[in-house]
Amino acid sequence: MNADRTHLWRVRTPEGVAFTFRLASPVLRAAALLIDLAAVSAAWSVIALVLSVLNLISVDFAGMVITIGYFLFSQGYGIATEWFWRGQSLGKRVMRLRVVDARGLRLTFAQVALRNLLRFVDGLPLFYLVGGVTSLLNHRAQRLGDLAADTLVVWEPVETLPDFAALQGEKYNTLRGHAPVVARLRHVISPAAARAAWSALARRDEFDAGERVKLFAELAVYFRTAAAVPAEMSEQVADEQFVRNVVDVLYVNRA
Amino acid sequence: MIVNLEKFVAEERPRWERLDKLLRRLADDPWRKLSLTEARELEQLYQRVAADLARLSSYAAEPEARRYLENLVGRGHAEIHGARGQGARFRPGAWLLRTFPQTFRRQAHAFWFAVVLTAAGAVFGGAALALDPEAKEVLMPFEHLRDSPTERVAREQENRGKELTDRKGRFSGMLMTHNTQVTLTAMALGMSWGIGTLVIIFYNGVTLGAVVADYLLAGQAPFLFGWLLPHGAVEIPAILVGGQAGFVLAGALLGRGRRERLSARLRAAAPDVVTLCLGAALMLVWAGFVESFFSQYHEPVLPYALKISFGVAELVALTWYLFRAGSTEPRPAPGKSR
Repeated sequence: MNADRTHLWRVRTPEGVAFTFRLASPVLRAAALLIDLAAVSAAWSVIALVLSVLNLISVDFAGMVITIGYFLFSQGYGIATEWFWRGQSLGKRVMRLRVVDARGLRLTFAQVALRNLLRFVDGLPLFYLVGGVTSLLNHRAQRLGDLAADTLVVWEPVETLPDFAALQGEKYNTLRGHAPVVARLRHVISPAAARAAWSALARRDEFDAGERVKLFAELAVYFRTAAAVPAEMSEQVADEQFVRNVVDVLYVNRA
Repeated sequence: MIVNLEKFVAEERPRWERLDKLLRRLADDPWRKLSLTEARELEQLYQRVAADLARLSSYAAEPEARRYLENLVGRGHAEIHGARGQGARFRPGAWLLRTFPQTFRRQAHAFWFAVVLTAAGAVFGGAALALDPEAKEVLMPFEHLRDSPTERVAREQENRGKELTDRKGRFSGMLMTHNTQVTLTAMALGMSWGIGTLVIIFYNGVTLGAVVADYLLAGQAPFLFGWLLPHGAVEIPAILVGGQAGFVLAGALLGRGRRERLSARLRAAAPDVVTLCLGAALMLVWAGFVESFFSQYHEPVLPYALKISFGVAELVALTWYLFRAGSTEPRPAPGKSR
């Protein structure tokens, strides 16, 4: 396992495959915490209203139930939600955060309970100062509770598979059939440049018409220059279509 | 960087989606156990997807597909490598009769350290009060303890427990939550290399010693033990167990004489720390009820002999429970206390 700067945490499995956690930023974590505090407060106001019916039986008994109930609810909320929702509370769900084991293993109940019980000390002296400073100083962004439980809070954006419709690969591609050019493109174009072109195609409808023309013109010039594409192979093709053709031969091997 | 991604994704997608479905099903129930067929399928799919990720990573061409596979492999890795011995459902009976007392005994050295600290604090507090009675305001945090013991005894015996009429329930709730908070704080401060825990446990001893000395010097021993023992016989050990949890945490943090990495030491200590905290919290629930509904009644309502006998009986039972209960059962390996 290695830390990649301050944002990533890489785990290598026994099978020799590595996967990466994206560590949650303190701002996202603070936002999730505020949502959780608001959720606890709102839920408790409803529960307390229901429990107030106990006043009909005994004011003293109702007072005891409410005192103990609030303590259990406020302390148990984090433990219960993170245990049953696999490392997520309501706030973490909204912010797409998750508590994970630092070794990538399944969270145990003890880990979930301990990281939540240690909020007592992370919250000291107020506004999570101890926890906040600790997570800023720690290369895995762990507060004391996370350190004790060996857990991380990670950001999990929705992961989707690539959309091949963006390539419109069924159309005729002028580059196909020119093996030396295709080989040169595959040799000199970096993954980052290929990825940028793919993204531009996938998001083409989000751009203004003028900006789109400018963007694809720049990309087309870059590809033509970098791979020394003969002029006769691109001059009859619109810049956007040329970029589409390039991405198609970079990502899809139809031969 | 070239892989026929479209063909690759089209061919592998059904397996990825099947693995995703299996993992989601597992995620829906944290205690779910897989059947043998499901476990085999999960393992096969995981190996295949891990291989797909390795193949795609070597080409480094497509971040979206790679991240999607990383997410799947990460979740699969957690299930396959992290599930051993952790799928068992929590059984309150077994926990109460075996797990908690066994954990207590396994970490008894930390408990005895807390006892010694409390005793040292009590000697200090008692001596300080005996030598300088004016230090009472500093040594006793609760206002009702600062009165003259003789006056308080006379007042309480006259009141016959009426002070708490119609508010015993709220009082017990307040005691339970306050004492649990103190105990959890003592545990949590173990993360200050034990210094915070040490201060809390010692200070608790100072207060206890000062109160005991105050009442003994005033000749109010029967009242003192009749008032303190019924709830203190459980409450004081509960706070000591909280301190014990804090010292276990501090021991893992310091790692003296141990070769494991910090994270491995803390990981091994976590189940015991949580078990001790939960045990202490349950003891404090009992102590809260007793303090509110029993301890506050004095002679002539309840004879001191009865109250003291009750407290001694609790202490004997608690000692037997913590030091003997579950001892005929096989002890769980360290770090397997659930």
